[in-house]
Amino acid sequence: MNKWMNLCFIGMLAFASAALAAADLEINTPAITALKNTMQARHGQLAPHYASGAVGLTRDGNVALRDASSVPLAARQSVNGLVADENRDRAGLYREIARANGHPEWEAEVRSTFAQRWIDKAASGWWVQNAGGAWVRK
Amino acid sequence: MQKRVVGSVGAIGLLLAGCVTINIYFPAAAAEKAADKIIDEVWQLKQEAKPAAPAAETKGEAK
Repeated sequence: MNKWMNLCFIGMLAFASAALAAADLEINTPAITALKNTMQARHGQLAPHYASGAVGLTRDGNVALRDASSVPLAARQSVNGLVADENRDRAGLYREIARANGHPEWEAEVRSTFAQRWIDKAASGWWVQNAGGAWVRK
Repeated sequence: MQKRVVGSVGAIGLLLAGCVTINIYFPAAAAEKAADKIIDEVWQLKQEAKPAAPAAETKGEAK
């Protein structure tokens, strides 16, 4: 009898430690930190375009050129470049987080979690895509 | 007595099932927390941790 009780306790302890370990996702790998830093540096250039409405946050965790006409023709190419670079880094970030936690198949779910949080945290005045894909101004 | 044994076996079974569940299912709350942390840093939404200049770096070590 005692043996079973002991086993039961050991099982519970194992369960508790597994639950604790699952409480946080690993986000402190060199790859994730590097992506975070380049995105942080790029944000200074993207922020004015978020504010002007030229660039918006999509529902799938990317950024998109929403209103090309609000960008002067001369600057359009550089904005396109910023958007492409940002989306490439974001894809890398989602992939790296899933990988760092031993579940590459989580990438899509990491992406949709980020998509929601980017939009939730967007400053007022920025344009974001709603669930139906329509652009709305926060 | 027998009942308790059966109960313990059942409990262990449930616990094992729980462990498997944790490993398979996406930890949504933890992911949200991680996302918030990264977004705050990328968009610099939380400035309090960043005073004007970080501590002096040790540069130009003597040779």
